[in-house]
Amino acid sequence: MNKRKITVAVSGLNNIDSPGPGIPVIRGLKESSKFEVRIIGLSYENLEPGLYLHELVDKSYSIPLPSSGMDSLLQRLAYINSIENLDVIIPNFDAELHSFIKLGPILKRDYGISSFMPDLETFESRHKSVLFEFGEKNEVKVPKSKMIFSPNEILAVGNSFGFPLVVKGKYYDASIAATPEQAINYFHKISAKWGLPIILQEFVSGNEVNVTAIGDGNGNCIGAVPMRKLYITDKGKAWAGISLLDDELIEITNRVIGNSKWRGGCELEFIKTNSGEYYLLEMNPRFPAWVYLAVGCGQNHPEALVAMALGEEVKPFESYQNGKLFVRYSFDQIVDLAEFEKISTLGEL
Amino acid sequence: MKLNKNIAVSDNGFIFNPLSGDSFSTNPIGQEVIRLMKEQKTKEEIVKTLAQKYNSEEANIEKDLVDFFQMLLSYQLISEHE
Repeated sequence: MNKRKITVAVSGLNNIDSPGPGIPVIRGLKESSKFEVRIIGLSYENLEPGLYLHELVDKSYSIPLPSSGMDSLLQRLAYINSIENLDVIIPNFDAELHSFIKLGPILKRDYGISSFMPDLETFESRHKSVLFEFGEKNEVKVPKSKMIFSPNEILAVGNSFGFPLVVKGKYYDASIAATPEQAINYFHKISAKWGLPIILQEFVSGNEVNVTAIGDGNGNCIGAVPMRKLYITDKGKAWAGISLLDDELIEITNRVIGNSKWRGGCELEFIKTNSGEYYLLEMNPRFPAWVYLAVGCGQNHPEALVAMALGEEVKPFESYQNGKLFVRYSFDQIVDLAEFEKISTLGEL
Repeated sequence: MKLNKNIAVSDNGFIFNPLSGDSFSTNPIGQEVIRLMKEQKTKEEIVKTLAQKYNSEEANIEKDLVDFFQMLLSYQLISEHE
């Protein structure tokens, strides 16, 4: 079969101890049976390992941080497109998604660049601060949570939810506080790193299970693979995990993706209690860093996303292999100073 | 006595529970018990088979077997046992 040649820009090249999804997404695309993909890496920092993985990333460009505003991002993407003629763009960082969702229609209309993301309303509806309401709407249990802006609010929330309490950052980080003092400490630590608000969430005890999934935006879940972490780093990231056979979890995922009409990739994080109940802890609005496990299990979610972005009809995957493991490893790349110089000074590599 | 649905057991006695992601290794006797369970043998039949093979008292075998089943139950590999 002749593969269609396309150029896809991908961010999240930070394949570090708290890895971004970029490299796993690229691996999925490089293994596509439909597309022959030229990958354009989009980076925020000059030491993102993906910049130097030339067998996976064909060319890289630095892009401005989300805090620089949408205009500078659009300008930069227009420049990159003028050279690379992009077909699809896949943003992989939570913090950049807001800008990319807003720019999506402009990129399509003015530059012919496709993307496949939820609309802003759906994107905001699963935000940590309103997840409880999201759960009610989509018929999935969610622990109670409250958004706070000051540590003075912790005691009242603690009295209502009880301790331990989960203290979460707006985009990243979560810690379990056993006492109000610990919660105040975590409030300051997390807000110093990620800003306000902080989200306080009721603690639910059980085993964490996660699902990588993709929706077509019309109420269909195109694919879903559940995973349990087998090895967790001190940052709480999965360093090894195994795919599960869990029909109930797949059913809940189908319901959430279907009811919310989710468009694009996502990660659903659940706690399974000892009595077998599932609580949705978070819905991350992009593929997880372990999405390549789905590819290994027979569901190439990145390929499906690109196909849908290009307007192709994609049928839902019907099965996947359970009992497949992913085991990460770290790898030292040897990089010439000239390469580092190039990305540092010219913003291209 | 039946293992729960979808529990995978290799020839070497490596057990995988695809619902929880847990995996376990068993010793040769454990492998034998699992094999007999897969053959749909009852507890009494397993006790009898092992007592004959190892020339041991049925009461001793049964005590150990109940302990083993209790462990399988706690690991959610079986749903109940007598």
